[in-house]
Amino acid sequence: MKKVLCLLLAVLMAAGCFAGCASKTDTPAPADSATPPANNATPDAAPDADAAPAGGAFKLGGTGPLTGGAAIYGNAAKQGAEIAVEEINAMGGIQFDLRYEDDVHDAEKAVNAYNTLKDWGMQISLGSVTSKPCEATSAETFNDRIFSLTPSASSTAVIEGKDNQFQMCFMDPNQGSASAQYIADQKLGSKIAIIYKNDDVYSVGIYETFKTKSAELGLEIVSETTFADGADTDFSVQLTDAQKNGADLLFLPMYYQPASLILAQAKAMDFTPKYFGVDGMDGILTMEGFDATLAEGVMLLTPFNADATDDKTVNFVTKYQEKYGEVPNQFAADAYDCVYAYKQALEAANADAGMDAATLCDLMISQFTSMTFDGITGEAMTWGTDGAVTKSPKGMVIENGGYAGM
Amino acid sequence: MTFLSYVINGVSLGSIYAIIALGYTMVYGIAKMLNFAHGDVIMVGAYICFYAVSRFALPPLLGIVLAMLVCTVLGVVIERLAYKPLRSAPSLAVLITAIGMSYFLQNMAQLLWTANPKVFPTAAIFGDKTGLGLFGGSLKISYVTIVTIVTCLVIMVGLTLFTRSTKMGKAMRACSEDKGAAQLMGINVNLTISVTFAIGSALAAIAGVLLCSAYPNLVPTTGSMPGIKAFTAAVFGGIGSIPGALLGGLLLGVIEIFARAYISTQLSDAIVFAVLIVVLLVKPAGLLGRQVREKV
Repeated sequence: MKKVLCLLLAVLMAAGCFAGCASKTDTPAPADSATPPANNATPDAAPDADAAPAGGAFKLGGTGPLTGGAAIYGNAAKQGAEIAVEEINAMGGIQFDLRYEDDVHDAEKAVNAYNTLKDWGMQISLGSVTSKPCEATSAETFNDRIFSLTPSASSTAVIEGKDNQFQMCFMDPNQGSASAQYIADQKLGSKIAIIYKNDDVYSVGIYETFKTKSAELGLEIVSETTFADGADTDFSVQLTDAQKNGADLLFLPMYYQPASLILAQAKAMDFTPKYFGVDGMDGILTMEGFDATLAEGVMLLTPFNADATDDKTVNFVTKYQEKYGEVPNQFAADAYDCVYAYKQALEAANADAGMDAATLCDLMISQFTSMTFDGITGEAMTWGTDGAVTKSPKGMVIENGGYAGM
Repeated sequence: MTFLSYVINGVSLGSIYAIIALGYTMVYGIAKMLNFAHGDVIMVGAYICFYAVSRFALPPLLGIVLAMLVCTVLGVVIERLAYKPLRSAPSLAVLITAIGMSYFLQNMAQLLWTANPKVFPTAAIFGDKTGLGLFGGSLKISYVTIVTIVTCLVIMVGLTLFTRSTKMGKAMRACSEDKGAAQLMGINVNLTISVTFAIGSALAAIAGVLLCSAYPNLVPTTGSMPGIKAFTAAVFGGIGSIPGALLGGLLLGVIEIFARAYISTQLSDAIVFAVLIVVLLVKPAGLLGRQVREKV
C-alpha cells in the first residue's frame, strides 16, 4: 500500500514538474534555442530566416507577480508583452527575447528576480508590474544602467531622481488631480467620500493628490476611510460612515477587486451614491459572475478600453482572447504598448542586439525623451526627462454592461 | 441607531469567523494539530460550489452537497498523504507541513482556476432579497448572516451530541486524551482521525459557501486571511472548545468592527490582536478553554 502510494505521489510530482515547466517556458523556449547561435554568429551571418538582420534578439526582461494574490496583474502584463513580442518577431527586423520572472508582488523577491534576469544578460527592462516591487527594482536598474520602461508601476518613487526609468502608465498624482478636475468640471458631486487602501502606494498616491486638488477646486470631502491588505472584504464601516455624512459621490482609488465588493455591499445597505474610479477599476466587468448592474453608472478614467473599435485594439483583444481565453485588461495593454515603444525606439536609434546594456540605456533615454508614440493605451504619447508619460485619460462610464465615453 | 448597525455588522463578520473556527477547533481538539490548510480547503469548497452553480447551473443545494463531498475527500487525502506519515514526529514538523499544504492548495487552485477573481453567485443561493429590515427598514440584517448564525448553532449542537453520545464520538475523545492508550483499547486511531478530518473538511465546505456568500469575491487566496482570523477566534474562545469557537468568532467580529468604527480604520487589526493578547494573559486557555476540561 505504502509503495503504491509513494509511486503515485512520485508520478504526480513528476507530472507537476512538467505542467509547471510547460507553461513557464512557453516564451523563452523558442528564444532560448535561437539565442546561442545568434550570439556566436557575426551580425551578417544570421542563422535562420527568423533572426534579425542586426544579429540576435534583444534580451528584454521584467518582473511581476505571476503567483500569489496579485497574480492577475503580473500574468496580464506578461501575456500582453508576449503577444507583442510574437507579432514583432514574426515581422522580421528587430527581434526580442522576452523573459518574465515571478516577484510575488514582494520587493525583496523582485530584487532576486531582477538579479536572475541580470545574470541571464538582460539588456533592456520592463521594470516590475506593480508599484512596490518596482520601487525596489528601479533602484537596481538605475545603478546598473539598464534602461527600464514599466508598463504599470505608477507610483512617483519608481521614476523619481532616476534618469533611465520610464513609465507607460499615468503617474498616480496625475490620476488623482485629473479625477478631481473632472468631478469639479462636470459637477458630478458636492459631497465626496473617499475609501482608499492605506498600505498601497498606488491608492495613497492618488488619494493625496486628489485631496490637494479638491481643496484647490473647492470640492467638499465629507468622509475619508481606509482599508488594508487582509482586511479588504468587509466595508460596512466605511460605507456607513460615508452614508451617515451624506456623501453623494464615492471616489474609489483602488483596484477593481475590492471595488466590486464595495459596490455590492453599498447596494445591500441601500446606499446609492455616484461612483468614480481610476484605471485600477478597469477589469471589473470581466470578473466571472459579476453582476454588471452593480457597476451601472460607475465612472472612471482609464487609458485603455477593450471595447474600442480601432484596428489596433481589436487586433490585440482578438489575439489575446484566442490565446488566453479572457479579455485583456489595461495591464496587458500597457505591456503590449511597452514592447512596441521599445521597437520604435530601437529602430530609430539603429540599435543592434550586440550592444551592451549601458550603451542601449543612453540611446533609449535620448529616444524616449524625443519620440512620439501611438499605442492602444493612448495616441501621441510623449515622455518627459523625468520618465513620466503624457497621454490623455479617457473618461468612461459603464452603461449596459459596457464602457461608453463620457 | 448607528451603534446598532455596527453591532449587526460585527455579528455578520463574526459569524463567518465562528463557522470557520468550528472546523479548526474540531480538528485541533481531536487530532491535536493545527491544520493551517483549513482556510484553503474552504477556498476549494467555495470554488466547487461556484462552478456547480454558476457554470453548470446546478441547484444551489446540490452545489453545496457537491462541495462538501469534494472537500471531505480532499481533507481525508491530505490527512493520509501529508499528516499521517508525521503522526509520531514533533508537532513543529506537522505545523510546517500544514503551512506547506496551505501554499500547495493555493497554487494548485491558481493553476486549475487561474488568479482571476470570480464573483460568487450569492443571489442564486439566497435569492434577490438581501436582508431583513428591522425598525421599519432603518436597520438591515442580511439573510446570509441569519443563515450563518443558525448554521453555526446547528453545527455546534450536532458536534457536541456526536462527540458525546456516538461510538465514533467516544473514540474521538479517547484519541484526543491519549492516542497510545486508545489504540491499546482496540480503537482504530487512523480511522478515527480520518473521520475527524472528513467532518472538519465538510464543515469547511459549508464555511466556504457562507464566506463567499457574504463577501462574494473568489480568488485562490480567499481562504487564507479569514482562516488566520478564525484561528485567532478559536484561540480567543479556547481552542478545542466547540462553544468557545462560536463565542470567540462573534466577539472577534464585533471588536474588529467597533475598532474600525470608533477608533481607526487603520488600526483595527492591531486592536483586535491587542485584545487577544490581553485575554490570553488573563486566561491562558482562552475564554472557554478551562471550563471544558474534556476537550471535545
